[in-house]
Amino acid sequence: MAQVTYDGQAVSVNDEGFFTDPAQWTEDMAPQIAKAEGIDHLTDRHWQVIRFMRHEYDTKGTGPSVRALAKTSGVPVRELYELFPKGPAKLAAKIAGIPKPRGCI
Amino acid sequence: MSAAIEKVSIIVSKGSLEGIYPGLIMANGARAEGIQANLFFTFFGLDAISKKRHEHIKVASVGNPGLHLATIAGALPGMPGLLTAYMERKMGKLDIPPIPEFIEMIADTGAGLYGCQASCDLFGLSKDDLIDQVTGIITVGEFYALAAGGEIIFT
Repeated sequence: MAQVTYDGQAVSVNDEGFFTDPAQWTEDMAPQIAKAEGIDHLTDRHWQVIRFMRHEYDTKGTGPSVRALAKTSGVPVRELYELFPKGPAKLAAKIAGIPKPRGCI
Repeated sequence: MSAAIEKVSIIVSKGSLEGIYPGLIMANGARAEGIQANLFFTFFGLDAISKKRHEHIKVASVGNPGLHLATIAGALPGMPGLLTAYMERKMGKLDIPPIPEFIEMIADTGAGLYGCQASCDLFGLSKDDLIDQVTGIITVGEFYALAAGGEIIFT
């Protein structure tokens, strides 16, 4: 457990860097988190996925796995991996300030 | 904490439903964690990437102690189909895709899909007999070169 600063505010993250309290997240923090993960610029497509992850968390209490993400967000698997090379569900969850989704598909 | 795994090369050597899925789940799971993945299909594993057979993969109904089914029952005509349909239904509810769709998805994640040269020779298969997502047909030596620096998982 650690404290990091995004957009001038202190937030708590776990060992892997995921928000322990998603309520602390704001959209302005996303570009900074993304940059730390190697994504220098968030396009509209990135935002479509990030907002979708957040929406899924708000309605279902957890982020979706890659397959669910591809099926319901409108962004296909191939493109997801182009936008978020090191694991879309994992990365998008981190950038969206929600816990890492737990799933095997 | 030890270093994270960066690459996995997974061998799929069996042609049954339960023999193929673990390798696919390992590969897909690796990609979801940002780990590079290769799938190498050999022997009956080739069925998973064969145009003719990839939609007809069945559960092994005889000699499969994990099924907890009497051999005599498992040997009845129609049993493999029945058991396979049952498994597929259960997996469908968990949103686990059927093998052809799963392999297509894994290819979309950027994993490499390879057929074993020796097994293709054995079964008289060429690249045309294999699905489009297959990156190539390679020898065991080429597989080792591909797998170098990463983990090798045999299924």
